[in-house]
Amino acid sequence: MTKLEAVIQPSKLETVKEALIEIGVDGMTVIEVRGHGRQKGHTEFYRGREYTVDLLPKIKLEIVLNDDLVDKAVTAIIKTAQTGKIGDGKIFLTRIDEAIRIRNEERGAAAL
Amino acid sequence: MRRRGFSAFLLLGIVLSSSAVWADAASDRIAKLEQQVTAAQGSADNAWMLVSAALVLLMTGPGLALFYGGLVRKKNVLATMMQSFAMMAIITVVWGVIGYSLCFGSGNSFIGGFGHVLLHGVGAAPDPDYAGTIPQQTFMIYQLMFAIITPALITGAFAERMKFSAMAVFMVLWSLIVYAPMAHMVWGKGGLLNAALGGRIPTLDFAGGTVVHVTSGVSALVCAWYLGKRIGYPHEPMPPHSVVLSFIGACLLWVGWFGFNAGSALAASALATSAFVATHFGAAAAALSWSAAEWLHNGKPSVLGGISGAVAGLVAITPAAGFVTPMSALIIGFVAGAFCFFMVAKVKQKFRYDDSLDAFGVHGAGGTIGALLTGIFATSAVNPIFHNDSGQILPSGVIEGHARQLLNQFVGVVIAWVLAIVGTLILLKIVDATIGLRVSADHEVQGLDLTQHGEEGYAWDSSAV
Repeated sequence: MTKLEAVIQPSKLETVKEALIEIGVDGMTVIEVRGHGRQKGHTEFYRGREYTVDLLPKIKLEIVLNDDLVDKAVTAIIKTAQTGKIGDGKIFLTRIDEAIRIRNEERGAAAL
Repeated sequence: MRRRGFSAFLLLGIVLSSSAVWADAASDRIAKLEQQVTAAQGSADNAWMLVSAALVLLMTGPGLALFYGGLVRKKNVLATMMQSFAMMAIITVVWGVIGYSLCFGSGNSFIGGFGHVLLHGVGAAPDPDYAGTIPQQTFMIYQLMFAIITPALITGAFAERMKFSAMAVFMVLWSLIVYAPMAHMVWGKGGLLNAALGGRIPTLDFAGGTVVHVTSGVSALVCAWYLGKRIGYPHEPMPPHSVVLSFIGACLLWVGWFGFNAGSALAASALATSAFVATHFGAAAAALSWSAAEWLHNGKPSVLGGISGAVAGLVAITPAAGFVTPMSALIIGFVAGAFCFFMVAKVKQKFRYDDSLDAFGVHGAGGTIGALLTGIFATSAVNPIFHNDSGQILPSGVIEGHARQLLNQFVGVVIAWVLAIVGTLILLKIVDATIGLRVSADHEVQGLDLTQHGEEGYAWDSSAV
């Protein structure tokens, strides 16, 4: 089982979500985060003082998948979230030790 | 023969006395009608003045509370609003007990007396020196709203670092030591600067440019300097947590200011209309000039800049409102907007004081420039305030040839500055020595909402959905 974390532009959330559902991803967690990679922030002015805002709003998706679905999910995200500009985001994959469904205590692949 | 003469005499007597009765009845009716007309005029004045009093209170709560609240960091929003709210409660009590008497009672040139302590003698009967057509109680409650907002304005200077208890004590004393003398000098009977009641140095201040804005703004500067900068200022970014709240507050201030300025005519009169119009024009012009200055300086006109400009214009037009034409009001507004932008964007940066919410930059500076411009643009055509002994109208301001008025305005402004500086310094020292003015560094970092009031402004993320 693999955990897929994707940091994407907030404006891409809807299309990425739909693409994942289409390939059979049943569950996901969506978190509002702030951050930056190489994308520069912007400046704001309040009463003559300049403020540099370099922590930008992003969306983080967390999905735990069976290994056989991981490549499809990565492709789906890249196809929908990519614009070619700096700030598109990143995908991280990590190994998961166990998954448990709280409702009926199923474990492993059955819990996903 | 005698009987017929007598009857004739009797008949004449009857006719004469009935017409006398008719004549008495007619003049009685006329007297009654005159009374009713006066009462009707008084009703209109009283209705307007009560509405104006409500409008001015609205300026403090929630106007100023929102305006200031939106400008601070989220962790201090409630504490900031509480400072305005506390004034609404505390100053009311002080006013009723002794404040009104010290401001408007008979005393000497500098301060009132104790004749109206506990509002003794303040009832339905008008006080003809101040407002001859409304109950003195109306006048008192109207003036109370000014006494409330003035100290509330100062809180902008020491936002995010002042102890609530110390602030409450300081403000009570400030309202007695600084506000009362200034209000008495400019508006009270026998006041040194009272233009309407024959003060020796008549200063034109229609609605409180010196009394409210210069005193509070300059006191704010002293407080900001004395308390020192916020932890992290100026390197750490501390942008407003909600310009939305500030916007709402500023609009409430603009509308409420009609009560502040037009209500200062103390009657539902053509002068009230004139002040209303001048107020509005001043606000509009200043919003434009601040925005223009900002557009040139930063490349974009911000909402915060626009509303700050409007407030600066309202401050500057406050002393002038009932003395100037609408076109002069535009000029005053244009000048004030740009001037206050300069004070806030450049002068504050240069001298590096932490006047957190620009109480000095907008109210102190705006009030000063407004008071001086009043001396220039005041015209007897709008308000014939000066007369000579034979009742002839005298010119008001420089544009009418009365150059001396600018000097009088200058004196009034200097007195306000000196009173504010000296009074505030003394009170700060006293309160600091006894209670301590500033919160601890730890409390300041945690935020005043939690540490001073045990509350959170927005508990949106808490698990209690």
